[in-house]
Amino acid sequence: MTKAKNDKLVLSLVATGLGFLLGAIVIIGTGKNPFIMLNAMVFGTTGFNIAKGIFNARYIGEFFIQAMPIILTGLSVGFAFRTGLFNIGAEGQVLVGGLAATVVALVVKAPAIIHVPMVLGAGMLAGALWGALPGFLKARFNVHEVVVTIMMNYIGLHLNNHIIRNIIGTRDGVKTALFPHTAMLSSDFLAGITNGSRLNWGIVSVLLAILMYWFVIEKTTFGFGLRAVGFNKEGARYAGMKVERNVVASMAIAGAFAGLAGAVMAVGTFGFGRTLPAAEGYGFDGIAVALVGGNAAFGIMLSGLLFGMLKAAAPLMQSAGIPKEIGAIIQASIVVFVAMKYGLEKLLVLLGRKSREPVEGSAV
Amino acid sequence: MKYRVLLLALLVPALVMFGCQKAEQAPAAKAFTVGLVTDVGGIDDKSFNQGTWEGVLKFAADFGLAKDKDVKYLQSTAEQDYVPNLSTFADEKLDIIIAPGFLFVQAMGEVAAKYPEQKFLLIDDLVKDANGNFVPNVANATFAEHEGSFLVGVAAGLKAKADGKNTLGFIGGMKFALIEKFQAGFEQGVKAVFPEATILVDYSDSFTEAAKGQALAQKQFNAGAYIIFHAAGATGNGMIKEAKERQEKGEIVWGIGVDKDQYSDGVFGTAGKSAVLTSMMKRVDVAAYDVAKMAKDGSFPGGQQLVFNLKNKGVGIPAENPNLPADIVAKVEEYAAKIGSGEISVSEIPAQ
Repeated sequence: MTKAKNDKLVLSLVATGLGFLLGAIVIIGTGKNPFIMLNAMVFGTTGFNIAKGIFNARYIGEFFIQAMPIILTGLSVGFAFRTGLFNIGAEGQVLVGGLAATVVALVVKAPAIIHVPMVLGAGMLAGALWGALPGFLKARFNVHEVVVTIMMNYIGLHLNNHIIRNIIGTRDGVKTALFPHTAMLSSDFLAGITNGSRLNWGIVSVLLAILMYWFVIEKTTFGFGLRAVGFNKEGARYAGMKVERNVVASMAIAGAFAGLAGAVMAVGTFGFGRTLPAAEGYGFDGIAVALVGGNAAFGIMLSGLLFGMLKAAAPLMQSAGIPKEIGAIIQASIVVFVAMKYGLEKLLVLLGRKSREPVEGSAV
Repeated sequence: MKYRVLLLALLVPALVMFGCQKAEQAPAAKAFTVGLVTDVGGIDDKSFNQGTWEGVLKFAADFGLAKDKDVKYLQSTAEQDYVPNLSTFADEKLDIIIAPGFLFVQAMGEVAAKYPEQKFLLIDDLVKDANGNFVPNVANATFAEHEGSFLVGVAAGLKAKADGKNTLGFIGGMKFALIEKFQAGFEQGVKAVFPEATILVDYSDSFTEAAKGQALAQKQFNAGAYIIFHAAGATGNGMIKEAKERQEKGEIVWGIGVDKDQYSDGVFGTAGKSAVLTSMMKRVDVAAYDVAKMAKDGSFPGGQQLVFNLKNKGVGIPAENPNLPADIVAKVEEYAAKIGSGEISVSEIPAQ
């Protein structure tokens, strides 16, 4: 591991530690025992309840269900970020991905071995298109991708609602008919080993997505080109790279990751298409995940699991009398501490020097 | 060495806290426990989540149960939280688990099947299995919203007629069968007393955005609406705000509240007057209280549908209506009696 990578990891770990510390202080401030939070985190991820001495594997499964979509949206935001683009549109890409998956799940009749890849492919394709459009506008007309992607979120939300309500049709005004079994990622095996949780084969697609991200960004010439555009657009152009093409491609791939999140949720977690009164925040969680994960594949996986843990622990904390906002405070303060990285780096350097000084002294 | 110190530094506080926790857990007599899972609207939505929680709190007060310990709630952040939140309470073996809103119907069906020993209450919809039968461990509470809405329609129609206005408005949240019941009842109520009246209808596609409700209210008031009835949760609060602002400027227009008595939400100025004419109360608190009490008494109505209507005071207008003249209140009560006795039957499906 290089020193730069090592520093990034330490920085994220320190920020996470500080975030939890702040959360613990807030809990103490409200007159509760921070051990409840610790217990909820452990229980929510491993299924072991230390305080009560019980084990329930369902919590492990539900922990992954919480982490999966935000790892994918984290990959989405991170991928665009490596090309110097800020993808605020993961939210909308999730929605259109879910919509496309819903359409294919309900309309196509095929055996599972064909149907499931078609559903996931449709979700990725829809997300890719939803990402490519802002990418194209950026490359061709230099329209800022932040503005366009934010607006595309609203278009995605209402497009989803309109199509589900008026074209696909609903059971009760909000939900479509249940998907056929051939379209579903659900697995009796995975549910069985996690005490009937909703854990499904979507987790395999998430792992593949993480591997893909790592491979494309770190190991291919194409990925090198994307990163070069991210470091210095004009420099990359001078070096003969197709900057415009890379911008569109990067946004399309970013969109595909988010679209996959929508598809996995539709055919994994829910099993029906949904209309929504408002977006559910997976895209925005993805921004936090990518930031804390340092936009690297492995880091995004870890930070996605971290934020998934906070989400999974939320009901357990609430049930023990700690409001769910504490989880949000921890998540937000981790992001703030990561954003304060220069200050933290300075602090780490200072601390490092102090602890090293006597050693150097003794060597003289 | 350094790592060992670090590990120790982490372990010590953890162990200390662990010790504290153990000491705190004094064995107590098993109290009756109630759990409420809210939808994404949250516990303080001034609508059915809050209303249900108030019913649970009243139950806790009446039977000496401790808040946050014997009765507690979980707030959902997204739709995928419904199943784990219900399951968390089921794992804790709470005596009754309540969820308000028809959005929970699928999640509660799944969780109830997984935990056949636990008792559940769904408000606003019916949990049925794959064969269309009721589930023995779920009680289903529904409301005759169309009957209550008929009454506020009567009140609005009479008020408009008395003041020489002929246009009224309705703002709905999302357009689905449940909200259309409010619209249907309101329309029939108005037409019963004022057949020539025009009723403007708009759906905001949201239950959470007050700004949208205010914009729709502006549109309807500008088109001549005199009284607007909303069934749109927090979105409708924007309509009440608009009515308030117009009354402050001397323009007389009214809003009609929903779910709870919203009179206090419409209070403006220093004189303490309110722009809320009356409210269509939907007593989700009564439903939560009654079913919790039945479960406590060992007569949990599992696998049944409980209908809360005008007859059993599950819906209706508030006891106090300072903005309604006595003759209108009398007329409304007359209609309430007719609906209660079955002389008038109100349709659930809107005319338009």
